Amino acid sequence: MPECSTVNEIIEKYGGDREALVEILRDVSQANGYVTPEDLATIAQRLGLPQSQVYSVASFYSLISLKPLGKHVIRFCQDAPCHVAGGREVWEVLEQTLGIPFGATTPDGTWTLLPTSCIGACSVGPVMMVDDEIYGNLTPDRVREILAQVGGGL
Amino acid sequence: MIRATILVSGDPQSLSRGAEEVKLAIEAELSFYGLENEIEVGFGGGVTRVDVLPTVSIYPEGVIYGPVKPGDGAFIVEEHLYKGRVVEHLLLPSDALVSGQLASLPAGKEGKRYAEKRVLLRRVGVIDPYSIEDYVAHDGYFALGQALSTMTPAQVLNIVRESGLQGRGGAGFPTGLKWSFVASRAEATKYIVCNADESEPGTFKDRMILEGDPHAVLEGMALAGYAVGAHEGWIYIRGEYVLSKERLEQAIHQAEELGVLGDNIMGSGFSFHIHVHAGAGAYVCGEETALLESMEGKRGTPRIRPPYPTVYGYHGMPTVVNNVETLANVPPIVLNGAAWYRTLGTKRSPGTKLYSVMGDVNVTGLIEVPMGITLREVVDIYAGGMKAGKTFKCAQTGGSSGSIIPAALLDVPMDFASMAEKGASLGSGALLICGDDTDIVDLAYTLVRFFKTESCGKCVPCRVGTAQMLEALDRLRQGYARAADLARLEQIAGYAREASFCGLGQAAPVPILSGLRFFREEFEAKLIA
Repeated sequence: MPECSTVNEIIEKYGGDREALVEILRDVSQANGYVTPEDLATIAQRLGLPQSQVYSVASFYSLISLKPLGKHVIRFCQDAPCHVAGGREVWEVLEQTLGIPFGATTPDGTWTLLPTSCIGACSVGPVMMVDDEIYGNLTPDRVREILAQVGGGL
Repeated sequence: MIRATILVSGDPQSLSRGAEEVKLAIEAELSFYGLENEIEVGFGGGVTRVDVLPTVSIYPEGVIYGPVKPGDGAFIVEEHLYKGRVVEHLLLPSDALVSGQLASLPAGKEGKRYAEKRVLLRRVGVIDPYSIEDYVAHDGYFALGQALSTMTPAQVLNIVRESGLQGRGGAGFPTGLKWSFVASRAEATKYIVCNADESEPGTFKDRMILEGDPHAVLEGMALAGYAVGAHEGWIYIRGEYVLSKERLEQAIHQAEELGVLGDNIMGSGFSFHIHVHAGAGAYVCGEETALLESMEGKRGTPRIRPPYPTVYGYHGMPTVVNNVETLANVPPIVLNGAAWYRTLGTKRSPGTKLYSVMGDVNVTGLIEVPMGITLREVVDIYAGGMKAGKTFKCAQTGGSSGSIIPAALLDVPMDFASMAEKGASLGSGALLICGDDTDIVDLAYTLVRFFKTESCGKCVPCRVGTAQMLEALDRLRQGYARAADLARLEQIAGYAREASFCGLGQAAPVPILSGLRFFREEFEAKLIA
């Protein structure tokens, strides 16, 4: 299985260090989109940790996903500075346009819509991250544009 | 042969305002004129005031243009670099408060606008963050060299103690005192940890330092290590700050190659190594003991204190945990002395402070000003006043763990002690300015929602308290709450404040409590009879 070799490579990169557990899980999640139960077992075995502990750590951090995510992940900032700058309107447009609530993935697997805490670009709020890109000064129109551009049409 | 360097501001704010397109336009135009081999183009840090971004800086002249649109990029190349004429109408406005040769203003009053006082940001946007030579050319690593060659560790510690530097993470704890706790420990292994888990909503000051002047943080850490007897440092950076991490790693690599970090620094016999540890998305990891847990590969839940990290920190060893901004203050203090530092700011809080200003004002962005200026000065002078048609209602300071500041406190000097005396807090330096149409209950709801999402779940007052407070606020907001519900909300907020295990849970009810304190009538107006 190709994914398992990636997991092993990532573990190797950190020298099998138990203290790197958070980083290993994050890297696996980023490489494969999420961390599978098999990945958790592999990591636990390689690091000599109980699986329950690996699961406990994996489920704690927001950048580590335990379920498959869409092809593109939208992380929309819900915090006060973005909220005051008109965030709610944009957020409603996101939900309506994609037809899913926050936390969900579109049935075709293209989009996952997640809330995020502050991403430190507050002076251009409202802000969202689409995959690794930050988009600021969002308006309902601009959101529709970005979705069309990134997703290649809806 | 490179005869000129062009830096386009490359922070996320600039990028979202078209910096990438500007850079592409400049590069295309350079190759059109066949200048691509003699002029290099790169991304620099932002100059921080959003309305002038993106900027284009041209060296060695030190001319800064801003705001630059993609169409202007080609024009600047043609006029400035091909024909050799400065493009006057695109120059950064002289009041745009950018440090460097061109646009810096003298301290004190200049027209009706004060100058910013740039100590920490003096290199941000001016130097290439990928170039250690640029940093060294702007006094970089001088403080470290001076300390290692002419001072004992105790002398370095003394300068920092006498400077009166206070932690910039929010609590304002005296940095010299914290260092002395670690310096006095007998253990052979000690650590310096830089807390770069900046995640207070509305705060982006640390990111600007990390991305615009990464070596300043490394130098501050090495000085801290020398002062307390540590040989290893870690930077815990939040997982979302991808660019900051890349620039830090590059900076560490360069510093080691140059011999200003690593073994036997500058031949002094002192060794100091720095590693970067990226987080994985958890606000609570900004709490220092949760951060240490996370560094050890565990869930980021806070430890009981005491023992404090200065006694029992990373791997159980004495550890200094300092915020990015705090550490960036150290090199200028060591270089210029404690007396110089005390000429800035107030008697109780010396130095400058970074504020990220946003909300219903004309100019948003990051400013660096002396401690002790008032909120009114920030709003009227630096932020260019309230947006048309809006009047000041309140400010939310310090991210979510800050407090609400009503108009009555507009003239209180902003330093740690003065704000605390008025029952407010300076927090991490975010200033969200809210106009008169802001719904306080809705604002409190948004703030508490953040804490509910980020609660680590370790203790009941926070885990259950945030959920109950949010539910009560939601009912109030939607007009389903009675007077008894409001009384209950206030009671739960008090419990969470008193009984939570760490600062996150203690801070969670603050938006409610300070909202009620200053705007109780707005909460009551939403009740049903």
